[in-house]
Amino acid sequence: MTAPLTARDRLALQWVGMVERWNSLPRASRLLIVLLLALLFYALPLLRPPILTTQQTDFGGIMFSSAALALVAVGLNIVIGYAGLLDLGYIGFYLVGAYTTGVLTSEHWHWPFFLVLPVAIAVTMLSGVLLGAPTLRVRGDYLAIVTLGFGEIIRLIVTNVEWLGAARGIKDIPHPPTIGPDPKPPFGEGGLFTIPHLSWNGLIPSLDENRGTRFLVFGAADAIPYYWLILTVLILVLVADKLVKNSRVGRAWEATREDEDAAELMGVPTFRFKLLAFAMGAAVGGLSGALFASSQGGYINPLSFPLLLSILFVAAVIVGGAGNRWGAVLGGVLVAYLPERFREFADFRLLVFGLALMILPVYRPQGLLPPARTIRARVAEREIELLEGGEDTGPTDDGLDGPEGPDGFGRTNSTGKVG
Amino acid sequence: MAERILEVDDVTLRFGGLTALDSVSLHIEEGEILGLIGPNGAGKTTCFNVITGVYTPTMGEVRFRGSSLVGLKKHQITRKGIARTFQNIRLFRSMTALENVLVGADANHSSGVLTALFRSPKHRREEADGHERGMDLLEFMGLAGRADELASNLSYGDQRRLEIARAMATQPALLCLDEPAAGFNPQEKAELMALIRRVRDRGYTVLLIEHDMRLVMGVTDRIVVLEFGKKIAEGTPADIRDNPAVIAAYLGVDEDAS
Repeated sequence: MTAPLTARDRLALQWVGMVERWNSLPRASRLLIVLLLALLFYALPLLRPPILTTQQTDFGGIMFSSAALALVAVGLNIVIGYAGLLDLGYIGFYLVGAYTTGVLTSEHWHWPFFLVLPVAIAVTMLSGVLLGAPTLRVRGDYLAIVTLGFGEIIRLIVTNVEWLGAARGIKDIPHPPTIGPDPKPPFGEGGLFTIPHLSWNGLIPSLDENRGTRFLVFGAADAIPYYWLILTVLILVLVADKLVKNSRVGRAWEATREDEDAAELMGVPTFRFKLLAFAMGAAVGGLSGALFASSQGGYINPLSFPLLLSILFVAAVIVGGAGNRWGAVLGGVLVAYLPERFREFADFRLLVFGLALMILPVYRPQGLLPPARTIRARVAEREIELLEGGEDTGPTDDGLDGPEGPDGFGRTNSTGKVG
Repeated sequence: MAERILEVDDVTLRFGGLTALDSVSLHIEEGEILGLIGPNGAGKTTCFNVITGVYTPTMGEVRFRGSSLVGLKKHQITRKGIARTFQNIRLFRSMTALENVLVGADANHSSGVLTALFRSPKHRREEADGHERGMDLLEFMGLAGRADELASNLSYGDQRRLEIARAMATQPALLCLDEPAAGFNPQEKAELMALIRRVRDRGYTVLLIEHDMRLVMGVTDRIVVLEFGKKIAEGTPADIRDNPAVIAAYLGVDEDAS
């Protein structure tokens, strides 16, 4: 390749190369690397690495909410990214999951937490089917409006129905059970043993005498066990997502997203698959909601589920890269983490965050991490462009090919333009 | 004569006051290539749409192997064995060529979320079957080397061929091609005609809409001519060539609209 590539092209090439090298590794070493990475992520809130660690807020708590939002984004990615259904009322499913947990564990019954979890998922799936059955006949913008209405209606229902706690909410939702003896303050911390945290002096780590996490006590005091729980759930959901995506179901979703009529004429029962996407997405939303209900000091009320949060969920998926599960994870983490990390900028942080959300779609409409095949296609298209010499905005030297200008990766493939 | 695979029986289709198809009857025999021709707006694609379930006829019957198709959903008709391509290419653009064909192959599959989650033997069998059939078809269309490219990145001709491969992957008995040669140069058209004959030799019955008279004459066994939603002629290519009504429809005569 003699023609000049821009910095972004080279980056994408490197990425594609990395993905290919990764795919050519033997299965055993891939598994080992994944395990090590997972271990690193489990240990992250204990390691408290400098720069990454938030100073003004509890790092474990931020890690928890990042992983929680990543989980939500992975669920919503099924609906928006795979099936192409713009669901603006995803918060509704989140709420149903949380309230099912609240009602069954505290408000009216006292079921154990891990028994309620599958029930909450089932109830949310059902609500997804009930919402989807009449509404999935409408397409595009109309679906967005209908789902927006759903999110709001659900919130208004719980605000007004006394049986669901109305405006006062539901309290005393239990934590998941402790492993080891129960904590009995001030006499015992509970759990089996303490895992110490690290503290950093510059780049020199040392064990922190004052901070540790009891294995394994779920509670309001320490969010790290919750982080471990939700990370585990996230990993399981990601595996399931991969298995389903690489099957007839995933292909049917994507075909429906690309061209519903053509999909139907190729034998895809599109309505059934859209409903399935709604139900699967709802299930993950309900699961996150259930975990959320138990983690928030055991208290939820209708104010915990504003419509704005629903929009944030959508933003996470779009920012990360709709259609790629790792994009959704990245988007969820960034949307939860960045505003907390830059808390020292006080009110400006939300302004900057909002600006970032505006700039990103302009320069990178397919998200930070679009599906790998899209990147590969982009690179191929770019190479052809350069070979044809039909480049009019070509860089003259390396100093000019910065990230500016929408000519590089900022263009979607849907324009289908070559040269 | 061979068995009739599809019968369109006295079909009328109205959109409000507009009669798009007016008492059209035609049939297709097992193993033949039937050409459906006519000037622009004659109702050729509308006829396709009635057969494949996009429109429900106002009156009349469409029968496939003796059973009625009227009222069936589009995907059900596909699963019964009728597949089609589109006049304006409608591929799944951001999926790869192979994935496009796999979607077609999935018309014969039934694995769902649970079988996929547990990688059941059925799921594995269907995936293997789909990949094998998909690659075989891409090979047949000369697209095997492009299997992993996005459909939107394929050349125009390759996209047309991929549409045919995708339709064939649903394992239809009847393959409906809606102007497959549109936008082709004479050389490409000749290749496509050879390809369509090979498709028939694989055991498919083909219904072909085409504008180019010479091309239709060369490849079809029989031809049905539509004009203004009515069937004006039917017969072998030789018959059609000499039919005064057809010549009038294509060239225009004095008292007709010119």
